[in-house]
Amino acid sequence: MNESSIVIEHLGKKYQDTTALEDFTLQVGKGELFGLLGPNGAGKTTSINILCGLVKPTTGTATVCGYDVLKESAKVKELIGVCVQETAIYPYLTGVENVQLFGNLHAMDKAGLNARRNMLITKMGLTEDAKRRAGKYSGGMKRRLSLILALINDPQIAFLDEPTVAMDPQSRHAVWDFLKELKTEEKTIILTTHYMEEAEELCDRVGIIDHGKLIALGTPKELIAKNQVNNLEEVFLKLTGRTIREEA
Amino acid sequence: MKLQRIAALTKKELKKTIREPAVLFMIFLFPIIFVFAFGASFGGVGSSQTVTYHIGVVNMDHGSSVNASQTFLAALTDTKIINVHVYADNQTAQNDLSQGNVQAVMIIPSDFSQSLASYQAAPDNPAQWTNTTVSLYSDQGSLVATQAIPPIIQQTLTAMAGNNQQTSSPFQMQTASLAEVKTTSALDFIAPGMFTFASIFLIMMVAQSFTQDRENGMMKRMRITPTTPTEFMASQVISYMGIALIQAALVFAMTYALGFRPSVGISAYVFAFMLVMIFSVSNVGFGLITATISKSAGAATGLSFLFVMPQLFLGTFVGASLSSGAQVAGKFVPSYYVTNALTSLFLRGATINSPAILLDFAIMSVSCVAILTVGVALYAKYYKV
Repeated sequence: MNESSIVIEHLGKKYQDTTALEDFTLQVGKGELFGLLGPNGAGKTTSINILCGLVKPTTGTATVCGYDVLKESAKVKELIGVCVQETAIYPYLTGVENVQLFGNLHAMDKAGLNARRNMLITKMGLTEDAKRRAGKYSGGMKRRLSLILALINDPQIAFLDEPTVAMDPQSRHAVWDFLKELKTEEKTIILTTHYMEEAEELCDRVGIIDHGKLIALGTPKELIAKNQVNNLEEVFLKLTGRTIREEA
Repeated sequence: MKLQRIAALTKKELKKTIREPAVLFMIFLFPIIFVFAFGASFGGVGSSQTVTYHIGVVNMDHGSSVNASQTFLAALTDTKIINVHVYADNQTAQNDLSQGNVQAVMIIPSDFSQSLASYQAAPDNPAQWTNTTVSLYSDQGSLVATQAIPPIIQQTLTAMAGNNQQTSSPFQMQTASLAEVKTTSALDFIAPGMFTFASIFLIMMVAQSFTQDRENGMMKRMRITPTTPTEFMASQVISYMGIALIQAALVFAMTYALGFRPSVGISAYVFAFMLVMIFSVSNVGFGLITATISKSAGAATGLSFLFVMPQLFLGTFVGASLSSGAQVAGKFVPSYYVTNALTSLFLRGATINSPAILLDFAIMSVSCVAILTVGVALYAKYYKV
């Protein structure tokens, strides 16, 4: 593994009586596309929220590019881009205005912002609709716009929390192509998904998380081979006795 | 703190105001419709409650053997409606009138006792009377004061003559306006409250905006950017101050179109607009408190009335005949001080640097900052910004 972009050590998070994350330890290398897999409520979003500085862990530590997520969260926020699980866009702004706003929140210079805005809008196939109000977009277009907002600041590390959920196949493949391109730029990407084929297609390594615990870690091929099954879906079934889309 | 972020967020907030039909209606159209409806149809203020009016008296009566003015003042006090405050000179009394400390000033002339004596000596012979004039200056910022006080004094003067059946007496009462002589309409009395009124509904808008952004994940997304809480809150305050300014301009345009023409200079208008802008800060604070206790945008709409209604009813009709309890309660809402200052400014003819206006301004400013601080602290504690 290259130099580590993310180092997580014995991370735990409890919400009153519920354990969302337990003794979670992981390192993600620079330029790696790491998949965090698991059913709803497994602890994927909690992990990302801790790494973004949104949630304080109950135990353990985490660093992003060497910065402690608790003590140096301002520095961490300058280096990351996050595509939140919700389709969080301002419906009364146009697509371009949404992107422009978040570029300004990252204090980007005007020329750099305009260039990156145009590039991302083109790559995500939103050029024709860029000046329409985002509230009028289809679900897939909103997700693509949400992804652009996460990446407008050209982050060193991108946290993509279920970025392709509810997307049509065409949009999903457009996103996949873009993520593959990001890998070539040495960007570190943490991708959460419960689409196993997405993880197999994109991820260098995956971690399977269930009931807040990391239960498997490796490349998709390693995990498939180790468990003597045909795909990651079956890996999860073998390890937990459930399919990934069943409620935990 | 980066101005780039504050400017971007402020621009976003203003676009929301213009582009969201519900917000546009509530913030801009509703106050205009309200002003028009009230301005066009408001017919006066009535009240069945017993109230006390405070009047200042400058007694210049030189009567020595029989001091009729003392009898007159005692008779006024006996009405239980008039509370007399005696002043040594007219200037001091007029100052207190302009500050709203008394609702009228009455000047008892030097020949008052002489006039009463002449009447009592020859009640049936007006040619023998020494006619005199009691001057009365009413608070032009109070509809009730201008309508209720003169008849009470007139009746007491008539009773002084000793014959209620007789309509003629040597006492004349001359009412004078503190400001320039003009006809004061019902619209004039409610106009200062209208300026305040428009801004109050920002509470609902702020509460809805924060809860909506929380519900759809925008607040979370915002927190992931390097934007600091200070930058975010600064953008909110600036946005809503700007909106309040536009509201005040629209309300002024509408009241002007309906005939509101206060005899004040441009500085008074600038000061009035500034008051309304600062007042909007408290509404952002109340909006944040509402957003803190609301689980959803729908709940925020309803709960915002907890703050909208007191501000509305206790603080925007200062010149009206509110009950004494309501008048006391009004002093606990910032809108009271805005309306009172605007009333002093537009109707009582007080200057910007007069003590009453400065006091209202100071109390309002401090309370607005305090409410905003509480709002930010509560919201940050439970939801983070």
